Amino acid sequence: MQTRRIRWHIAVFLAPAVLVYTAVMIFPLFNTLRLALFTEVDQSRIYVGLQNFRTLFFDPIWSEQFWNALGNNFWFFLVHMLVQNPIGVALAAILSHPRLRFAALYRSAIFIPTILSFVIVGFAWKLILSPLWGIAPSMLDAIGLKSLFAPWLGKEEYALTTLALVSVWQFVGIPMMLIYAALLSIPEEILEAGEIDGITGASAFWKIKLPLILPSIGIISILTFVGNFNAFDLIYVSQGALAGPDFSTDILGTFMYRTFFGFQLQLGDPHMGSAIAGAMFAIILVGVCIYLFGIQTRMRRYQL
Amino acid sequence: MNKARSNPLNTAAMHGALILYTLIALFPVFVIIINSFKTRRAIFREPLALPDAESFSLIGYQTVMKQGDFFLYFQNSLIVTVVSLAFVLLFGAMAAFALSEYKFKGNTLMGLYLALGIMIPIRIGTVAILEMMVATGLVNTLWALILVYTAQGLPLAVFILSEFMRQVSDDLKNAGRVDGLSEYTIFFRLVLPLVRPAMATVAVFNMIPIWNDLWFPLILAPAEETKTLTLGSQVFIGQFVTDWNAVLSALSMAILPVLVLYVIFSRQLIRGITSGAVK
Repeated sequence: MQTRRIRWHIAVFLAPAVLVYTAVMIFPLFNTLRLALFTEVDQSRIYVGLQNFRTLFFDPIWSEQFWNALGNNFWFFLVHMLVQNPIGVALAAILSHPRLRFAALYRSAIFIPTILSFVIVGFAWKLILSPLWGIAPSMLDAIGLKSLFAPWLGKEEYALTTLALVSVWQFVGIPMMLIYAALLSIPEEILEAGEIDGITGASAFWKIKLPLILPSIGIISILTFVGNFNAFDLIYVSQGALAGPDFSTDILGTFMYRTFFGFQLQLGDPHMGSAIAGAMFAIILVGVCIYLFGIQTRMRRYQL
Repeated sequence: MNKARSNPLNTAAMHGALILYTLIALFPVFVIIINSFKTRRAIFREPLALPDAESFSLIGYQTVMKQGDFFLYFQNSLIVTVVSLAFVLLFGAMAAFALSEYKFKGNTLMGLYLALGIMIPIRIGTVAILEMMVATGLVNTLWALILVYTAQGLPLAVFILSEFMRQVSDDLKNAGRVDGLSEYTIFFRLVLPLVRPAMATVAVFNMIPIWNDLWFPLILAPAEETKTLTLGSQVFIGQFVTDWNAVLSALSMAILPVLVLYVIFSRQLIRGITSGAVK
């Protein structure tokens, strides 16, 4: 009879992934949360409990920036939800139409902005919207809307919305692809059954397809949420670390970068940076929990 | 055939909408590329015209080649992306095999632990990551980036690959065991070749975010000799804001490699997304 041997190969298979993942992702994550409870006085680290968070939320200098960044971040997210996802769904609905020619071509072309880096996207739009170059005003002129032109990225009231729309332009491909996949997986029989009952065209979309793809829309919403609340690159590339004009495009990512890495004359403060990271972590966690327990479990899934 | 589903007017409207959106998607890329081949005067006078014999100029590209070390940046990006992908695929597949093949105590827990990282962005831990890289002397080396991207890619890789490995037939593996193959041989010789399509999906998903990332190169490896192409073009363009020829050329040069990769891998990528790998 054989005694139970330790199956070493299981450990060998798991070790590299678990080690790298733990050392470079999970450990720093908790270490960052721990660092948020410290501060530096005379080059030595002292424990201050929740003082950093108190500073962040209530000290007028910090809290004004924090709430501004948080509010901007929510607006950024809202624009994505209201513009990116409906456009994505609409494009997918058209693309999934049977017997549509060139569907693959459209699909690949519309996905191109998604593969470009923020550096390219940020600068390209900055040039196009620049009043210096004049592409945007002359194009508006061609359709008789020149009076609508403003230096959108330079105006406090428009800059954030403009950047959110640029980000929508870049990422619309992702909801489009996911919804497209969901629409293709709807069996033909269901649609035919609807047709027999006289449900066709637009009403087939609203009454049959949309309820069936709701789970995918849920996934897209949470992906958008997580992506938006750790966004940084686009704002940094087009408006710099100061997220100008006058912090009107500041979001949590740029705020955290400025705080812990420092900029121009301000020195970096890793502990306040960690506190901001802690706040971001909490927000993302709440969002993910709302999705997992509040939305996903209640959503009706249809057996197809 | 139903009338409502093949109405020519409807078809025209659908093509109209798609063409309009395709134009919106491609227009900025098109404008950047055509203007990078023009003289400064032509860029401003007729930004939407194609370069002709009179307005054609490569002055921007010459500035870029002279001033920026784009070949070095490109090489750095390539090393970081390829090595990270190799680690993600190898380590991810090994862990996925352990989780999907063997029953052991804590299997489910380990799976959940590895899945945590799918939803929680690694950027949250940046402060401690930087501190760790400084302490270990890895800051301003490509290894810092490779480690971070490997850790970042593993959770989704393990998740997708273990779904696929569950579908590999047990008979095949057991036949291997009867023939006296070791567990390692079974993994490398029998299972890995069978999940190759899933590996390709994982690779394509990870490739673009790694290549395009700005955050970690900016924080962990901003030194001249470790700059990636994304960071390098950001810094370069930041310095040459007023030299429109150079900026447009640098942008075009940054677009090109991604576009080539996309043309090569777009089928894989689209198939990966639409196969429902992201559930």
